[in-house]
Amino acid sequence: MNETAQDQDTGFHTEDMTISVGPQHPSTHGVLRFVVKTDGEVISEAIPDVGYLHRSIEKIGEKVTWHGYVPYTDRADYLAAMFANQVFCMAAEKLAGTPVTRRGEFCRVIACELNRLASHLISVGTFGQDIGAMTPFVHALRERETINNLMEEICGARLTYNYIRIGGVGYDILPETCTRISEFLDHFEPIVDEFNRLLTGNKIFIERLAGIAVVSKEDALQYNLVGPNLRGAGIKWDIRRDIPYSVYPELEFEIPVGTGHIGALGDSFDRYWVRIRELQESCKIVRQCLKMLPKGPAISKVARKFKPAAGECYVRVEAPRGDMGFYVISDGSEYPYRVRIRTGSYTAMSIIDKLSKGIMLADLIVLIGSLDVDAPEIDR
Amino acid sequence: MEPSEIFARLEKQFAAKVSDFKGDVQEPYFSVDAEAILEICRFLRDDAELKFEVLSDQTAVDWPKEEKIQVVYHLYSYAHRHQIVLKVDLPRDNPTIATAEGIWKVANWFEREIFDLFGVIFEGHSDLRRIMLPEDWVGYPLRKDYVEQEEYDGISTQRAPLVDKLMR
Amino acid sequence: MKPLINSLPETVFTTKVDDLLNWGRASSQWYMLFGLACCAIELMQTGGPRADLDRFGAVPRATPRQSDLMIVAGTLTYKMAKRTKLLYDQMPDPKYVISMGSCSNCGGLFQLAYSVCKGVDKIVPVDVYVPGCPPRPEALTEGLLRIQDKMMRERWLVRSNGSDERAEA
Repeated sequence: MNETAQDQDTGFHTEDMTISVGPQHPSTHGVLRFVVKTDGEVISEAIPDVGYLHRSIEKIGEKVTWHGYVPYTDRADYLAAMFANQVFCMAAEKLAGTPVTRRGEFCRVIACELNRLASHLISVGTFGQDIGAMTPFVHALRERETINNLMEEICGARLTYNYIRIGGVGYDILPETCTRISEFLDHFEPIVDEFNRLLTGNKIFIERLAGIAVVSKEDALQYNLVGPNLRGAGIKWDIRRDIPYSVYPELEFEIPVGTGHIGALGDSFDRYWVRIRELQESCKIVRQCLKMLPKGPAISKVARKFKPAAGECYVRVEAPRGDMGFYVISDGSEYPYRVRIRTGSYTAMSIIDKLSKGIMLADLIVLIGSLDVDAPEIDR
Repeated sequence: MEPSEIFARLEKQFAAKVSDFKGDVQEPYFSVDAEAILEICRFLRDDAELKFEVLSDQTAVDWPKEEKIQVVYHLYSYAHRHQIVLKVDLPRDNPTIATAEGIWKVANWFEREIFDLFGVIFEGHSDLRRIMLPEDWVGYPLRKDYVEQEEYDGISTQRAPLVDKLMR
Repeated sequence: MKPLINSLPETVFTTKVDDLLNWGRASSQWYMLFGLACCAIELMQTGGPRADLDRFGAVPRATPRQSDLMIVAGTLTYKMAKRTKLLYDQMPDPKYVISMGSCSNCGGLFQLAYSVCKGVDKIVPVDVYVPGCPPRPEALTEGLLRIQDKMMRERWLVRSNGSDERAEA
């Protein structure tokens, strides 16, 4: 943006405005704030201001027992609570050497992938709403309600599950529930196509997304983008395949990556499109798990006074917003010594400063939506 | 590359600046001299055989008994699929270290968080402000000896008596 | 004189002006979108297709200047507290507040946290507390109905004995 040249052209004196977007703003997905400096409609700088939902979850980890910390991990990312449960339990199991029952592993994967569906539905639904398409949001929420019902059958909660426990899962998945899950999948898979007809193929939608906020491969690595944002930039990297955990090596699924077939590689559309295709992949995974679900106990025997040996570990899983890592240190006592949660949204948030230079104010909303940042994950 | 090979390679290059390799734990790690952190990080990123292009996580741990704050770097290489953990010990009364922002840009935000919650000062950082807590917050909450203020901004931080009993 | 009762035709009905005003207010509660944390998702679902808050005349508004009702959905941190007060002050009178979920009721699960305000009622006056972590859409709907009840009981045109102009019947 060459300010002086513009001035000579038009003869107008232009002055930068400073606008505060948020923290209470319907399009910022929770309590985020941006201090935006604009020249008319064009952003010269958008500085993110986070921390409005900083709930000291890391500090609480030092004050509650290992079992007692699982509900807190729910709140570390309420859209994908199952994954935070899983990664903390995996860390505790790794430290203590607790085995997980095979049925427990399958139950975990089923619950997690259903959760991924729910999370991506919120993500793409609100993304449409931010851009001005109200209908897809309502469609997405309708499907999400069904998933919530299934979740309620599985673990008794709609949003904050507290389902995955150290050593397995809290409750077994009943045969009736399995039937209902597969009925839901039969119903849901065509809905993805409906969603594509409704939103993805829409000309206005594509024009708003294609070529906006392009993330290059180098930037994606420098800023450590993860999950769909990284894959949208064309890097085929999925923890489920590359650092395998749980029973994912036994399952067949594809890893969608951005191709840049509409705009440029790594633009907002690519990130959105990766998420839509992950919906289909998750359906596939759940179907396979339902078929393979072995018999046996859902949880192994774990001491109530859980005391893992002193040590530390760093465990990661592929959450809907990418690589979620827990760095847990145990000093051999009933309480963790230190819990550190590393999330995908935090790093995705740090790139906004760079990407927002020179784009329009309305495209900032596209950028936030396409990165799928989520306030609890950023602030924790 | 195995962690022990990575360490051997670094030891050859930097001699005494890296030390205390622990290979028999969940996540193999070694200690790095605080002064040498930048050159070692740059070497780790640029060397063709190591190629740690990603800083997965950067955090700190407070160890009041040993009078130190430890800054921990988790590095990962997509190209070679190996990982390593770096630890830097800093004195607790004046924790200061050079910023890794110039090597991995994501370190900018990680370091702001560490500054906010642990009070570690990163020299050369472009924007070292509090990130999670308000600007006028007193203290560094993730330190083990953190004491809460009586009130913040006119709001009492008092809890119900039962909860106070439960507090560790 | 003949009593007025039952003398009017069936198409006419009588009411107090107060009731008419209250009926109008209660059936068009515009709530401010003020999702703070987990409860915001349940608030979204309540506004969504199944629970459908629209049928009670409650529609979301993005700005406090057009809203009658603030649903504080989620954990209130100290950093957010000042902004909450500011938003509440921007709302036109008469205004109501629903505190949704344990966190905004009393700090809830985050009692041990250093950065969480232990209850939104330390900042703004609250009319209805909805318990739950997070409350189900049905619970929030119930909370909204309670606000409607409260609105219906208020008297605006009756001369009250005390100085309180919003005396309750």
